[in-house]
Amino acid sequence: MLRDEDRIFTNLYGFESPGLRAAQVRGDWAGAKELLLKGRDWVISEVKDSGLRGRGGAGFSTGLKWSFMPKKSDGGPVYLVVNADEGEPGTCKDRDILRHDPHKLVEGILYASFAIGATAAYVYVRGEFIREIQRLQAAVDEAYEAGLIGRNACGSGYDLDVYVHTGAGAYICGEETALIESLEGKKGQPRSKPPFPAQAGLYYRPTTVNNVETIAAVPTILRRGAGWFAGIGRPKNTGTKLFCISGHVNNPCNVEEAMGIPLRELIDRHAGGVRGGWDNLLAVIPGGSSTPVIPRALCDTVLMDYDGLSEVKSALGTAGVIVMDKSTDIVRAIARLSHFYAHESCGQCTPCREGTPWMALMMDRLVEGRAGVEEIDLLFEISKQIEGRTICALGDAAAWPIQGLIRHFRPELERRIAVARQSAAA
Amino acid sequence: MSTPAAVAAHQPDSFAFTPDNVAVAEKILARYPVDKRASAVLPLLHLAQRQNANWLPKVAMDHVAGLLGMAPIRVYEVATFYTMFNKEPVGKHLVQVCTTTPCWLRGSDEVLGACKRRLGIGPGETTPDGQFTVVEIECAGACVNAPVVAIGEDYYEDLDGPAMVALLDQLARGETPTPGSQTGRRGSCPATGPTTLTNPPSPSAPADAATGADD
Repeated sequence: MLRDEDRIFTNLYGFESPGLRAAQVRGDWAGAKELLLKGRDWVISEVKDSGLRGRGGAGFSTGLKWSFMPKKSDGGPVYLVVNADEGEPGTCKDRDILRHDPHKLVEGILYASFAIGATAAYVYVRGEFIREIQRLQAAVDEAYEAGLIGRNACGSGYDLDVYVHTGAGAYICGEETALIESLEGKKGQPRSKPPFPAQAGLYYRPTTVNNVETIAAVPTILRRGAGWFAGIGRPKNTGTKLFCISGHVNNPCNVEEAMGIPLRELIDRHAGGVRGGWDNLLAVIPGGSSTPVIPRALCDTVLMDYDGLSEVKSALGTAGVIVMDKSTDIVRAIARLSHFYAHESCGQCTPCREGTPWMALMMDRLVEGRAGVEEIDLLFEISKQIEGRTICALGDAAAWPIQGLIRHFRPELERRIAVARQSAAA
Repeated sequence: MSTPAAVAAHQPDSFAFTPDNVAVAEKILARYPVDKRASAVLPLLHLAQRQNANWLPKVAMDHVAGLLGMAPIRVYEVATFYTMFNKEPVGKHLVQVCTTTPCWLRGSDEVLGACKRRLGIGPGETTPDGQFTVVEIECAGACVNAPVVAIGEDYYEDLDGPAMVALLDQLARGETPTPGSQTGRRGSCPATGPTTLTNPPSPSAPADAATGADD
């Protein structure tokens, strides 16, 4: 188990104040000026060496992403945009950072902005997080007042403005280019790439978009060193991670653990175990709603990191762990996700706009067994036709839960069809 | 794709920000480059909606369009794309019940049922006295405190049927229920107490009442 002294988010539960004074006692902002004076290249190489990968779901190397930004200024603006549009079902970790540890985020914004040569940073927070927005704004205001951000931030000679922006209820805005469109005052519809945001992002200027947890981990990495972070977890799967454990466990909770912790240990140690005991486990969606469900047999041994979950044809995603015990109507649980994706499709690409409601209707029929067995294969095939054929990954995200269901629970689907046939014949 | 937006049949004749909100709008506009005023459209629509009993009439969208130098159609597009904007009047209390899978697994059906029993209305309906509107929402982002309901500016968490009825009773009496977990746990901490952070590196961190550590 990760030791308390190796945890980054030491005020995860809000036992202490989120305010500046308390944050400084916890170690935030310590030596900020000295860290900045080590230079932009040092910050990037330290984050690269730490192995930190994006915590918003895609898992791309953070340091590498930063290194795509222009090395020399052309005199125009450059932006850091922080993605706080948290809305992947099963995921509620960024909310805790915003409301309980906002200075970790503001400090991380300073270093990340400095590393990419940003002239301003925007934090795009989902509109429903009204109290969290207030907490974050309070932290930004405190940081300005204390000279930590703004002109000559921390006395380093670097100027940075930080702004909090409010979304308005659209899951798709968690996709980085949809978020940029939204921040420009438009519908949140993803852009075709290339160009990538590093070349043409916000206002078609060089932009890096990073998740809240990613940015908030940076100050501790810089203070304790890349080696410390890289020493936790496994190679290519380094560091600590916030896990959100929801569903049929005795004590649903958020917890920071080492990457690569066994799923069973995560649930038993922190979430009080599966309701009714481990043998009562049916399946787990391990990384937020987009990631394929895995049945109990795989849950026994799977490790919670990028490679561990990839080995069982699922993904770490956001590490939103949705636990389902044997009382769960697994088909309905996945069908509800299909309705979520149908609701959240932005309507831009035909396979997703037309395909997601079709899959949701199909799933509704499978819940009741009102289908032919061959239609299971048809649904799988259609999901494969949506996957990879849209501008953004929402089409993939809608397809994967259904593919996971068919892969692991086909007998249950067929059983329902048989039962429905029998009762129709009777 | 969100369902086509219902638009209220009865629209007011005019809308303008109050002097106080004009000042707030100026502060919001200062966050964006001077030639990128459209960036303020979401915050300004939120502001307009708050000023207008939590719904956005067409004249308010037009007013925001005028302020930002946007074509009105661009503002209509935005107002109808994002689910938080109400295009028709809603009850004094907008009860937003999350029913996505993590909340459903923990009993959101029971919470919706409690709303139906206590208020006599289902999702999308408003009580005849205009006090309550109930809607189903997609993932509220508080899954480890499921089931979750958002009312006004706050989340109410760890609910069940009786707790939901108790919340509605309080609101009907004109009281403001205590937000957060309705079973009394702290934030996203395990209900039986923390399994981590039991030996925090900063035991001396002050509890700063001014900023408030409580949820």
